[in-house]
Amino acid sequence: MSELGVALPGRVSEPGACGARRGRVMIARCLRLGWRNTDALITSLVLPIVLMLLFVYLFGGAIHTGSAYKTYVLPGVLVLCAGFGSALTAVRVTEDMSGGVIDRLRTMNVGGTAMLTGHVVASAVRNAVSSALVLGVACAIGFRSGAGLTGWLGAAGLLMLFIVAISALSAVIGMLVRSAEAANGCTFAVLFLPYPSSAFVPIATMPTWIRGFARNQPVTPVIESIRGLLLSHPAGNAPWLAIAWCGGIVVASVAAALVLFQRRAGEG
Amino acid sequence: MTTDAAIEAVGVRKAFGDHQVLRGLDLTVPRGIVFSLLGPNGAGKTTTVRIFSTLSRADGGSVRVAGLDVRTDRQRVRSRISLTGQYTAVDVAQTGEENLQMVGELAGLRRRDARRRAEELLDQFDLTEAAGRRAGTYSGGMRRRLDLAAGLVGRPEVAFLDEPTSGLDLPARQAMWRVISDLAGSGVTIVLTTQYLEEADQLADRVAVLNDGRIIADGRPHVLKQQVGGRRLELTFTTEPAFDSALRILSHRALSRDQHALAISVGTDGDAARVRALLDEIDPDRDRVRSFAVHDASLDAVFLALIQKDSSHV
Repeated sequence: MSELGVALPGRVSEPGACGARRGRVMIARCLRLGWRNTDALITSLVLPIVLMLLFVYLFGGAIHTGSAYKTYVLPGVLVLCAGFGSALTAVRVTEDMSGGVIDRLRTMNVGGTAMLTGHVVASAVRNAVSSALVLGVACAIGFRSGAGLTGWLGAAGLLMLFIVAISALSAVIGMLVRSAEAANGCTFAVLFLPYPSSAFVPIATMPTWIRGFARNQPVTPVIESIRGLLLSHPAGNAPWLAIAWCGGIVVASVAAALVLFQRRAGEG
Repeated sequence: MTTDAAIEAVGVRKAFGDHQVLRGLDLTVPRGIVFSLLGPNGAGKTTTVRIFSTLSRADGGSVRVAGLDVRTDRQRVRSRISLTGQYTAVDVAQTGEENLQMVGELAGLRRRDARRRAEELLDQFDLTEAAGRRAGTYSGGMRRRLDLAAGLVGRPEVAFLDEPTSGLDLPARQAMWRVISDLAGSGVTIVLTTQYLEEADQLADRVAVLNDGRIIADGRPHVLKQQVGGRRLELTFTTEPAFDSALRILSHRALSRDQHALAISVGTDGDAARVRALLDEIDPDRDRVRSFAVHDASLDAVFLALIQKDSSHV
């Protein structure tokens, strides 16, 4: 009669879904919620394109970088938009942590790992789509890359790593702050980070005091490498620096997020 | 080792900083009943439920839920319980059906089984018509029902409901009561907290009164009522002088009075001889008392009496 136990439909086996399964369910949830948040979706898809057109047509005429400005600026716009889009993860995580949903998920053994996986993967998918859109529009208005397949793949991989890093970092911020407004404020810090870098104008044209920061902040090697890979320029050690920065941010963020999730969710 | 009790808590203590919320809480809840934890705001109801449902750790004492220690067997306890908190835990941007299906898959059901279970619960909780709508468009009562359904997807042995009807209007509250009553007898143990005495009275097989971090009374609702003086004799007088003189004679024995209605109530055990003696005492000429009635004490009165008694000990 050993079949009796299995024959019961809907009987739940202990201890709930396995880790990978939970991660998958959480990814599906975050993607669906992101897709349905129409305002945020439109912002994250349209804003990047508007920003690029703004830079190319409004400022582009006045900025001289030694090459076609749309070619120079595209990597910067890609990184700016990916950073902004990824930073929105903070708002999503804060909303999840402050609602009743988190208690339900925790009593279902959904831990920090599944939570982080869901948000970061959903963010990666969203930003991959918006980056592809930006790239599509860029090609339509005359961006030409001299890169081969390796260059494209390298640039895409690096951009994805950057997206994952900023998403994970934003998840940490989302677990730290108490309100969606505060989380939103933090996304602006990320939005402005690419400005003092080589994203939009060469660093050499900036005031001396800011050059040190602009050269050594994490966004600069990411942009330099993507630019180098897409335009087949030598990028020096920028790709390695970019990988080190992003990898470091991912590792530190994941560790911090897991600790914070335990602490934040365990209080009260 | 499994025990017969759904919950066994012994000497549970919990403090937040200097504030001692639970001061040695003892509680045993048998399996399969609807159990209500009743108490005023700030008595420690939510803290108790959070400890029982593994979301918070006690500072001292022991708690076994579904026969398992919540401290050492946290994961397995979680697979046997569910919690429906005060704040609805459904995603407003997902439809009712998607919410339930997600919870089902997290609970370990296969996709197909999760969908079937979702349909079953939507039907049981009268949400079939709204199944395809986003939960954000639901009324407060519907959202709470969906939330409760989500708590039952994984067929828990013990379902915790923390103030399931707070903030709902009367029709929504009554709909929720019907749903909870229907669950009684289904085998699942329901532990609900409430500050509405009527709710505990309506739903619960057993009630424990929590005040200031301790259980001050525990039993069937009608036994609790008998514990505090049982019934009340309500007397209505013919004239104001008659009312005044009766009040002088009764003095401390008067539990309450209503000058406007010329009514006084006193405690009674309902014994006819004693009621007659009392009437003779205050109305020897039989022209002062117009009418009298014997009422069962409401759980409200029980609750207040218990809390007053408890505070006078401190």
